[in-house]
Amino acid sequence: MDRVRFVTICLSLLTLLLMSAAADAQKVMSIQVKEGHLRATPSHLGKIVARVSYGDRVSVAEERGDWRWVSLSRKTQGWIHNSALTSKQIVLKAGQRDVATSVSGGEIALAGKGFNKEVENQYRQGNRNLDYAWIDRMEAFKVSPSQVEQFMAAGRLQPREEGGKP
Amino acid sequence: MRNRFWHAGALSLVFLFLLGCAAVDTVTTVATEVGVATGQISRQQGESIKKSSKAVAKSLEDFTPEQEYYIGRTVGAVVLDKYRPLANTKANNYLNVLGQTLAQASDVPELFNGYRFLVLDSEDINAFATPGGHVFITRGLIRCCKTEDALAAVVAHEIGHIQLRHGMKAIEKARMTEALTILAQEGAKSFGSQEVAQLTNAFGGVISDITNTMINNGYSRAYEYQADGIAVTILRRAGYDPGALVEMLEVMAGRIKPGGSDFAKTHPSPEKRIAELKESGKYVAGGRTPQVRTQRFVSAMSRL
Repeated sequence: MDRVRFVTICLSLLTLLLMSAAADAQKVMSIQVKEGHLRATPSHLGKIVARVSYGDRVSVAEERGDWRWVSLSRKTQGWIHNSALTSKQIVLKAGQRDVATSVSGGEIALAGKGFNKEVENQYRQGNRNLDYAWIDRMEAFKVSPSQVEQFMAAGRLQPREEGGKP
Repeated sequence: MRNRFWHAGALSLVFLFLLGCAAVDTVTTVATEVGVATGQISRQQGESIKKSSKAVAKSLEDFTPEQEYYIGRTVGAVVLDKYRPLANTKANNYLNVLGQTLAQASDVPELFNGYRFLVLDSEDINAFATPGGHVFITRGLIRCCKTEDALAAVVAHEIGHIQLRHGMKAIEKARMTEALTILAQEGAKSFGSQEVAQLTNAFGGVISDITNTMINNGYSRAYEYQADGIAVTILRRAGYDPGALVEMLEVMAGRIKPGGSDFAKTHPSPEKRIAELKESGKYVAGGRTPQVRTQRFVSAMSRL
């Protein structure tokens, strides 16, 4: 009886492992930037066709150099640079079931946890000499893709290649 | 008794199989679960095995880009405690479009909250890049640039530091283990005020490790040469004159004051950096910036 139980446990664990390997083949990845853009072509100059946000799980269907063709849903599909992706699952709230039961903490990242706004605020209370006003102002600087495009054209910049291996 | 023996044998076989096809972390967890389920080890022993194997696996990769962003904000605030920002909209706008163009040509064009650039109001020759993508460049350093391409070389060098995660690598090993151990505790629960206090303490340590290196002691020479190498690559990819780095370093050599607390203290001398570029086969002579780019550079930065 004991032996049957043991074999069952082993087999189910192996099955789980093989299933996770199969999931790897499909390559589901997470968006690890606050706001991501999906583009029509694998380039930073490609037209933006959809937006994704932090923690979104996307499946990767094609790779070209450092670019990945991903889909979130039937409508939300396009190219994104691999530096915006992680194989970790990003969980938006601590204490969720999947965090507690996950196989390994290394596969999970908790959004908004760890060094976060709360820790920053606490730190600021003890370091009142620090002024974050300009950090906030700086982060409000926005450069649109069309500004970059115009800047390149006006400056006769002809990019040889983009980030990563073409 | 025989039954037990059979269990132990099968257990090691399963363990070996798992070892071949999964990460060590996963293997330890799964094997530990098997051990616990079959009564080979107690639940308590299992937990401690899992914990110790996890402690070994801690590394820079365990910091999420979001956490690096928050580290970067405070590192930036410390930089701004030493240097005043320059409230010149034209110069800052120009620097941001230039910086964005260069970031797109780097291997890490996407950061949690993207790249941001700011001119610092100082005669010092200095520049900083935080792990969160905040890049600061002094007026003094911009004055070492005669062309847009030369300024692009300065910015690309800073992007190189971010791409190579030099800021994060300045965190002391013990501090990293401490911080990541606290971070790992939050797996199944939300943080209470005691953990937040602990975390804030660790956060403060991380900030001082990074800012001490970045502002006071400087990165290693090797890191500076690596960032120069990345700068040349980024310039070439973006369509800039890859010789512009040498062009800028030659001007800097004539302006830098020995004994200063800026680049004179934290960076290898411009001459040494040029020599290293020659050594590594990345040396290209400058002076090929088209007039149109020099003109817009002069126009944006004329009041500095």
